Amino acid sequence: MKQYRTHLLVCAGTGCVACNSYEIKKTLEAEITKRKLQDEIAVIATGCNGFCERGPIVVVQPEGIFYQRLKTEDIPHLVEEHLLKGRPVKKLMYVPPKEELPIPKMMDIGFFRHQLLIVLRNRGRIDPENIEEYIAFDGYQALEKALTKMTPEQIIDVVKESGLRGRGGAGFPTGLKWERCRKAPGDVKYLICNGDEGDPGAFMDRSVLEADPHAVLEGMAIGAKAIGAQKGYIYVRSEYPLALKRVKIAIEQAEEYGLLGKNILGTGFDFSVEVARGAGAFVSGEETSLIAAIEGRIGIPRQRPPYPAQKGLWKKPTNINNVETWANVPQIIFKGAKWYSEIGTKTSKGTKIFSLVGKINNTGLVEVPMGISLKDIIYEIGGGIPKNKKFKAVQTGGPSGGCIPNQHLNLPIDYESLTEVGSMMGSGGMIVMDEDTCMVDVAKYFMNFLRDESCGKCLSCREGTHRMWEILDKITGGRGIMEDLATLEELAMAVKDASMCGLGQTAANPILSALKYFPGEFVSHIKDKKCPAKVCKPLIKYTVIPERCTGCMACLKVCAYKAIEGKRKEVHKIIQEKCTKCGSCLQVCKFEAVLVE
Amino acid sequence: MKLKIGDLEKLRDKVKRTAEVREGKYRAKITVHMGTCGIAAGARDVMAALMDDIERKKIKDVIITTSGCAGLCSREPMVTVEVVGKPPVKYVDLTAEKIKKIVNSHIEKGVIVKECALAIGSERTH
Repeated sequence: MKQYRTHLLVCAGTGCVACNSYEIKKTLEAEITKRKLQDEIAVIATGCNGFCERGPIVVVQPEGIFYQRLKTEDIPHLVEEHLLKGRPVKKLMYVPPKEELPIPKMMDIGFFRHQLLIVLRNRGRIDPENIEEYIAFDGYQALEKALTKMTPEQIIDVVKESGLRGRGGAGFPTGLKWERCRKAPGDVKYLICNGDEGDPGAFMDRSVLEADPHAVLEGMAIGAKAIGAQKGYIYVRSEYPLALKRVKIAIEQAEEYGLLGKNILGTGFDFSVEVARGAGAFVSGEETSLIAAIEGRIGIPRQRPPYPAQKGLWKKPTNINNVETWANVPQIIFKGAKWYSEIGTKTSKGTKIFSLVGKINNTGLVEVPMGISLKDIIYEIGGGIPKNKKFKAVQTGGPSGGCIPNQHLNLPIDYESLTEVGSMMGSGGMIVMDEDTCMVDVAKYFMNFLRDESCGKCLSCREGTHRMWEILDKITGGRGIMEDLATLEELAMAVKDASMCGLGQTAANPILSALKYFPGEFVSHIKDKKCPAKVCKPLIKYTVIPERCTGCMACLKVCAYKAIEGKRKEVHKIIQEKCTKCGSCLQVCKFEAVLVE
Repeated sequence: MKLKIGDLEKLRDKVKRTAEVREGKYRAKITVHMGTCGIAAGARDVMAALMDDIERKKIKDVIITTSGCAGLCSREPMVTVEVVGKPPVKYVDLTAEKIKKIVNSHIEKGVIVKECALAIGSERTH
């Protein structure tokens, strides 16, 4: 490998690619060649840096300078100033909200400084399509250790002692799961990597597969040795084309280097991995449903037991873990159980990746130690709520989780604490909501998602989610009655108790947590026929404040439904029958003369 | 190429420099001053010779970077050599030959090349 003095790490995660990062890379390469720097400077496409809000991102190493929101027209100046003349370009650096001075170095930026990277250690650092870069950062060392210096029992013991728990959401101890599958009778065993990430707004698994696919493969190969499996499947949804592409490249390269396939590293151990493409149903993330999908059947869950560890894929003992869980394994084997178990809380060890989305300044992907408070994630890493709005709640665990209000912001996050307050860890979605979010509307949104995704096998889930959605729709439409709240709660409990799989069992969480923490909002919708957050259209009304209206006609012109009448320099009026409550007039009015109530 | 036991480590060491540059880890840092004056005086030739030398000698723990004009335009090309834990040394009036000498002596043996050195230490910053 040629030596270069400077490495330009261009983020090529899905977010940055969508913001044109491949074009940035091409322009960089062209400019570098133009300046005859091509033998001194390397340009590398890496996986997602996590700071998706600021893409496209380029990091200059070894200095660690962080450039963000780049445009192709910035590149000639950047190359001449920084790469040729050694003067970092301030105007392309990150300036935190409410501050004026740019922060040149990546590790000085709050978003990065407060994170702890184990699973994502190679993000933004290696080219995921080049196995030698993974090897440069100690890649596959753990596999060599596991194959040459450890017995299967020792591997399982290390994973058990590390305290690693399933990152898919339920938090089952990984070592124990492996042991059960190892002890299950039978010669043929399978491994599955669950990459069917379906929560709205979540992209942890996607990012791991895109940024560091070899970490997942290495984890699976170690698991295969421990369990005694010969074949593994990575189930990725078809909506993740980049992840699919990189995983396939990684498998090919690992086979070429003798790290997968027959006789791995010459030790006589065989293990191969195949990619199974999913059609993307939320319920396919449930393990028995996912197994059915790989077998070519419809992705519908079945009754457990027997658990997959006894009877899984093709009725053989099968161990199924989430992408993030597998990616933790190499580091645990390489650095030891003690190192891992020192991070986190009493019951939850290591780190967790969260996708931080919603009303937050620094949208992106963050990896933090278990036990960190929600407040630190939202304010120190996330940079707080935009536009000086007030924080209202954060939804963790997606449609299976619940909302957590202000009073629990200091809660140290782990599997147990989140369940205690009525939510759950889930796979790591974290949706931040501000004062402009209506909690009834959010509950309705999730219920709509769930009634759509329910496979329909259990009546309680199929009918229950639909009926709960109907009631919420009634309440947000201003047609609710107080008895609806009791009915909702009763239905919620029935769906929870009578459904077979996780989808139904957790379906009521968004409603129950919203009812628990924000009962007042439900009551205002029902009794006062008002939506306090001014979201639910049937309950709000747009009017013009006559004292403020200057008659500038701006709102009149923007209204697509001709629902505003008036003449120049005369007070305008909104015709309620025609108004669709789209809010366009509110946005264009410079005199704050449009009132929403 | 099928790897065997032990090959991984060899491969890792071969690509180790990649890792060190990306992590900003180094034993010594050489800064070539690349202001307009430096470039006019031949700083890019010095840089090319320096990189060639580092690669030829398979030195993996030294990073090379650039900076702007150091203010002493008449003595360009200039480089600053910082061995970790030691004060930085500024070298002046460099050529491709002289920089190789500096790598040979200062970087590899820790002996400052006095005839090319301007001063030890840096300006104060405020």
